[in-house]
Amino acid sequence: MTKVTMTVNGKAVSAEVEGRTLLSTFLREGLGLTGTHVGCDTSQCGACVVHVDGKAVKSCTTFAADVAGAQVKTIEGMNNPDGSLSVVQQAFQDHHGLQCGFCTPGMVMSSAALLAENPKPTEAEIRHYLEGNICRCTGYHNIVKAVLAASGQDAAALAAE
Amino acid sequence: MHNFDFVKPSSIADAVKALSAEGAQALSGGQTLTPTLKQRLAAPSVLVSLTGIAEMQGVCMGADGLSVGAATTHATVAKEAAAHYPALAALAGGIGDPAVRNRGTIGGSIANNDPAACYPAGVLGSGATVVTNRRKIAADDYFQGMFTTALEEGEIVTGVTFPIPEKAAYVKFNQPASRFALTAVFVAKFKDGVRVAVTGASNDGVFRWSEAEKALSGNFSAAAVEGLTVSPDGLIGDLHGTPAYRANLVKVLTKRAVAAAH
Repeated sequence: MTKVTMTVNGKAVSAEVEGRTLLSTFLREGLGLTGTHVGCDTSQCGACVVHVDGKAVKSCTTFAADVAGAQVKTIEGMNNPDGSLSVVQQAFQDHHGLQCGFCTPGMVMSSAALLAENPKPTEAEIRHYLEGNICRCTGYHNIVKAVLAASGQDAAALAAE
Repeated sequence: MHNFDFVKPSSIADAVKALSAEGAQALSGGQTLTPTLKQRLAAPSVLVSLTGIAEMQGVCMGADGLSVGAATTHATVAKEAAAHYPALAALAGGIGDPAVRNRGTIGGSIANNDPAACYPAGVLGSGATVVTNRRKIAADDYFQGMFTTALEEGEIVTGVTFPIPEKAAYVKFNQPASRFALTAVFVAKFKDGVRVAVTGASNDGVFRWSEAEKALSGNFSAAAVEGLTVSPDGLIGDLHGTPAYRANLVKVLTKRAVAAAH
């Protein structure tokens, strides 16, 4: 067992973990932050995406001990300080960027990472960036609309498919 | 996944020391090794993370070319190598997906030497030098077959130095589910000749297509490879493509890479 300390959603946390403890396991089972979903557990689907020091990573393919000392942000930390939804979350709600909702935490985290890097992405850039996030309901269209809207662009212009 | 001890040294010297323990295994970005561990295809007793070693991080232009620390992520190379070696930056920016690129590293990729990975093509196609804790290895000597390299027990890649070609391009035919190369070609035109490296196609891993190199060294145009053929012998055949399909892709992608080189 190793003692691991990191900052999760602005709070310092500390726990004894095994070497093999994944960041996703640490968040879900150690901290009870079950918003981070584990879909495939093989780093294909992106439901487990969280931010580590501001960068989107797959928490099911990152060891907790490897990110000791890091600033971690999960879907539970995405809302505004007053508790209201962040711009990206609100856009997902407004444009119904989800069907069953299982992939949504990862989609929101990846979309927020995209917008931090590229504040006005094109539709093609959004689809390309979200390649590592799979929506098994195939509800991509409204997700792309939501990201366009979150970036302040006209989502209505996106053709219906 | 079987359990193991996890250590994260902060210097190459400490990492090498940790790796001398029985059953120790180096871990870089872990984008291949972690799934491997989950499948219990590997069961190290100690995992030695190389991501906390400052001297293995970053991209730096020097007299010998572009030096990339082995623990530099694909995302960092995509961003920071763009001004110096755009073809390499584009290769790094096309690996996996954004979250994979934020963890995966160049050192991890070439130490693993997956036969469909992108970096082996970039390293071999550039005639780069692989730097380890013990020596410098020419790319031509480093890649020795599928998942096989010149690395010895206790030896780790600490960096890669790329000479900068006049023109280069990497063209990948994506396997869309894995985003590995179904086949991909890296072409680099240097003052003294052209190098063509192919990944994703051969059962022996990355290789140089020497006939195309010869043809392109005389005439750097897509037409120069038109008359050449690639033998399907020894090429990978799976449900995504037959050896003959891949042989054709090698030629098509080489032509595209030549046309795209800048």
